Amino acid sequence: MDAREQEFVGYVQDGGQVETDDWMPDDYRAKLIKFIEMHGNSELMGVLPEREWILRAPTLQRKLALTAKVQDEVGHSQLIYRVVEDLGKPREQCLADLISGKSKFHNVFHYPTKTWGDVGVIAWLVDAAAIISQKALLKCSYAPYARIMKKICWEESFHILHGRDVILTLMLGTDEQRELVQEALNRWWGPLMQFHGNPIAKEEDPMYVWRIKSQGNEEARQQFLDGYVPQIWELGLTVPDPKLRKNDDGVWEYSEPDWAELKHVVTGHGPQTAERLELRRRTRAETEWVRRAMLAEAA
Amino acid sequence: MGAPGDARRGSVIYEVFRQERKGQALQHAGSIEAPDGAFADAYAREQYGRRGESTALWVVPRESVHELEDFVDELERNYHRVDGYPLKEKLGKARELAAKSADALSAGSG
Repeated sequence: MDAREQEFVGYVQDGGQVETDDWMPDDYRAKLIKFIEMHGNSELMGVLPEREWILRAPTLQRKLALTAKVQDEVGHSQLIYRVVEDLGKPREQCLADLISGKSKFHNVFHYPTKTWGDVGVIAWLVDAAAIISQKALLKCSYAPYARIMKKICWEESFHILHGRDVILTLMLGTDEQRELVQEALNRWWGPLMQFHGNPIAKEEDPMYVWRIKSQGNEEARQQFLDGYVPQIWELGLTVPDPKLRKNDDGVWEYSEPDWAELKHVVTGHGPQTAERLELRRRTRAETEWVRRAMLAEAA
Repeated sequence: MGAPGDARRGSVIYEVFRQERKGQALQHAGSIEAPDGAFADAYAREQYGRRGESTALWVVPRESVHELEDFVDELERNYHRVDGYPLKEKLGKARELAAKSADALSAGSG
């Protein structure tokens, strides 16, 4: 690392922020693109598990809410790809790399949504885990990204309420409905515990060193457990981990998440990966004429 | 806001500024890419206005935004800024002096 890069690292570690046309080290730019692109991919792929339930939502109100949430998440991906584009990678290339499997998206969006209970658990707990990461991005050293996170976090905050409302409604229903939620929680707990990544020391995490992220993986997971396990327990639900407990020092203890599964899934081998990418591929081809027509008309 | 990531041929990048409440300053929110001004307005509404989160938006072609960031202060003219008036030390001395003269005065009259 040369003196100029050293100075840059010091600047961002002191809380300094960077704008699009400021000088930045190539490695910082590359890391930013990789991180932000994966976030954009995740917003775009994250709507697919929920989209599958729009037609099957139990009431008109839920159908509308779910549709609006899907629209919000796609909107987030548009904002995020715009930021990536300004860093030098065109959106078309991001989408091509997503579809070909070259770039990644978050582990939780590679799994099936078996029941309406899964939809509730996704909107409540997956969004809760995501918002912990996203809130930490409000302090990202790359200012244009931090600015759009403000809008994204704001919308996620009522997505969580929507999810919690779905879960509470089911918990107030029949035994069968309560069982539906418990089964969904059992299915999602593993992926949720993997979500924030392996407990690498934050000083060794390049994303933290560059202050792209402002917290370590384990810090985020502890925050998730602290915020949401009590909310799960108070509903009479069981977390499927016999080792889970909060120690006297306030730190949560839990069974080691399955890191091999996480790696396997995010490298494109999740149970729904191929099917969902195929849907993206198909809709991309089907809507090609719209993009062409819009640009032709403007030209 | 800058040059990298130029828009695709036939489309323009617009910067969006939003006002959260009446009377507040408009702040930069993000950018959008659109084939023309009408699409830009529609996208800006979708991205930054449809939840009632803004009271106004400014949608400006990126090229129209002039960015200035070189503010040279070669004469160090701090007399027109607050930091040009570090009064603490002088005030301390002035208070000291005033106290001394008051002491002297009372000693003289006593």
